[in-house]
Amino acid sequence: MNFDFSDDQKQLRDQARKFLAEKCSPKAVRVVLDGKAPYDKELWKGLAEMGFLGVAIPEEFGGAGAGHLELCVIAEEMGRANAPVPFSSTVYLAAEALLISGSDAQKKKWLPAIASGEAIGTLALFEGKGNPAPKHVKLTAANGVLNGVKKPVPDGAIADFAVVAARTGSSGRDGDISLFLVDLKGAGVAVKSLSNLDPTRGQAEITFSDCKAEPLGAAGEGWSILTQVLDRAAVLCSFEQVGGSDRALEMGRDYALDRIAFGRQIGSFQAVKHMLADMYVSATLARSNSYYGAWALSTNAAELPEAAAAARISATQAFQHCAKNNIQVHGGMGFTWEFDCHMYYRRANAMALGLGSLSYWEDQLINRMRKKNAA
Amino acid sequence: MNFDDTPQEAAFRQTARQWIDANAPRQLHAELSKSSLGRIRLASHDIVEVGKAWQKKKFEGNWACLHWPKEYGGRGATPIEKVIWQQEEGVYGKLTQPFQIGEGMCGPTVMAFGSEDAKRRYLPKLASGEEIWCQLFSEPSAGSDVAGLRTRAEKKDDNWVVNGQKIWTSGAHYSDYGLLIARTDPNVPKHKGLTMFFLDMKSPGVEVRPIRQANGMQEFNEVYFTDVVIPDSQRLGAVGEGWSVSLTTLMNERMSIGSRLATGVPEMFEFCSNLMLEDGLAIDDPAVRSKLASWAAKSNGLKFTSYRTISALSKGERPGPENSIGKLVSGMMLQDIATYAMDLQGAAGVLTGNDEETVQGQFQQMLLSSPSMRIAGGTDEILRNIIAERVLGLPGDIRVDKDVPYNKIPTKGR
Repeated sequence: MNFDFSDDQKQLRDQARKFLAEKCSPKAVRVVLDGKAPYDKELWKGLAEMGFLGVAIPEEFGGAGAGHLELCVIAEEMGRANAPVPFSSTVYLAAEALLISGSDAQKKKWLPAIASGEAIGTLALFEGKGNPAPKHVKLTAANGVLNGVKKPVPDGAIADFAVVAARTGSSGRDGDISLFLVDLKGAGVAVKSLSNLDPTRGQAEITFSDCKAEPLGAAGEGWSILTQVLDRAAVLCSFEQVGGSDRALEMGRDYALDRIAFGRQIGSFQAVKHMLADMYVSATLARSNSYYGAWALSTNAAELPEAAAAARISATQAFQHCAKNNIQVHGGMGFTWEFDCHMYYRRANAMALGLGSLSYWEDQLINRMRKKNAA
Repeated sequence: MNFDDTPQEAAFRQTARQWIDANAPRQLHAELSKSSLGRIRLASHDIVEVGKAWQKKKFEGNWACLHWPKEYGGRGATPIEKVIWQQEEGVYGKLTQPFQIGEGMCGPTVMAFGSEDAKRRYLPKLASGEEIWCQLFSEPSAGSDVAGLRTRAEKKDDNWVVNGQKIWTSGAHYSDYGLLIARTDPNVPKHKGLTMFFLDMKSPGVEVRPIRQANGMQEFNEVYFTDVVIPDSQRLGAVGEGWSVSLTTLMNERMSIGSRLATGVPEMFEFCSNLMLEDGLAIDDPAVRSKLASWAAKSNGLKFTSYRTISALSKGERPGPENSIGKLVSGMMLQDIATYAMDLQGAAGVLTGNDEETVQGQFQQMLLSSPSMRIAGGTDEILRNIIAERVLGLPGDIRVDKDVPYNKIPTKGR
């Protein structure tokens, strides 16, 4: 058994960590947090130059052709650094949707542009309240044009193109949904930025009015493709969440060693030690579940749906737990804008909702476990 | 990243599997396969008797205590080979329960601190199951703070005379030898006045009494010592060095990897899949699904954490600290699951007999037994201290009794 990343992959992780420590300091993150820029353009360029944006994109489409395990180790570092760039929407959602279902021409058009950092992509799925479900998709596609409103769309205000879920039937079944590719710089697109929990990753409302769109994947296959995209993204996001959990735990630990109260380091009080130990437990469970997700993702195993749901649940819970208790360990200082704790708190809670909330993935895990038990 | 054996591991697994196929007590397979949370009980056999038979067979086939050196009855196997053996031994591994403390704790301590004569005399018989060992550390007033123990050993010529009481000794009633830590000097701080011994459990003055536990069962014992004589040749380590000797014992306990702890998740999943609530199956209820999913994710997390540890062993590396979370997570989960299962049973959940409504009371039994999972082998609180101090590097507790002579430490009723 070798349930671990290879030495090369670990080296890549170190390389990513070093790069991000240099180019993505908390100070740099705060430029976006404070609304002075919609995302960190310099960092995005740097990530492209490092080959990180296209690490899982095949060479024939301009990527590094490494693989998903390599993408997982980079994702962990992106989460640890709280990187204010549209990485998850472009790389986990848009690129994965193209890889799964894009025509050769579509892949040739968009994947090299993603890898080089020229194009930002996203997935326009949600329409207001609710978790992923075909019945919530109201936006229509007919005669090659889309009409409807998507909200929230991650990184929608800075994206160049979107994969859009649209209703093409009314049978009440999954086959009613089809996917489309839309150039967001074209006609019939109105984008509005929305205020959101985590300003380091924007959210937008996009209105499509007789907007031209080309089909992505076969008609009526939209929901099946989306399910695969969400599973893959769940694994990749879980690594960001694991990176974020570890960082929040480290911040809490460091502060507990540094802060003196009642004449001793606060980290010597059991109330504080036990809180940090519990954070370590959560983070460890999340990491192990994410590793299994990585294995399933990289081998396209039949276990991927179950592995992805478990990784998603575990990592969501861990990041929320670690980010929350990191503030608690910091006490009053943790509640200031000046300390970085709230950046992870914001990111943890925003990420918990992005691909569907915790209860959605809990539901998915039980469905998938039952399916396996029945088989 | 893969789950495959290396060629050497595959060959070892094949050899082990063939031997087990040819030698295992198949007639016990069905009964051993039944889920058991806690102690193993067999309807028609004494666990010690059938356990000894299986242990002896393994010893003769060179599969007992297989990570021990050959000269002491082992196989000289690597840590990963031991894990593979445990995987292949499967449910038959439950038969090793009476020998686990000997193999995991007492044996390694004798190996590290015993004389060559002692090692050759005792270890092969421990490995073969002919002689069973128990561990005599905890006392009524020294649990988490075991270094505060009171049992006295006083030197008299070439012997030590022991008086005191131990508690929570599993298997004391069928053990032949015991590993005993006792206070040999009460005039120095508590950690410095301890010495380790081993003794014949049939020695005059040793009295074993079963403890009736909170769950109504009797699985542990109290052991009383009244003027028990132990020859100085049965001392392990120097006088006053008992604490550091005990750390070797406990470190070996923590190294025991691969024995997966019960979480209650498979039982709960099955229960919820079959339980009819007013609006349908429990597993279709959103509140049930939410809890079940969280528990399943935790339980998977523990399994894959052990895979990471096994991978490190496979590469010949020292495992990381991640394995330390196992008991902490599974103990709490077991208790929570039992409570919730009974909640779903409603008023009938109060019944502990052979009732259909409660699936023969399995969760009720789990509820009553689960507190011990959170206490034995390190309480949840001690485990959190260990994670905080050894993994996260946080400061140790302030120990007000650290430099105080043992007999000056304030206590209740001494």
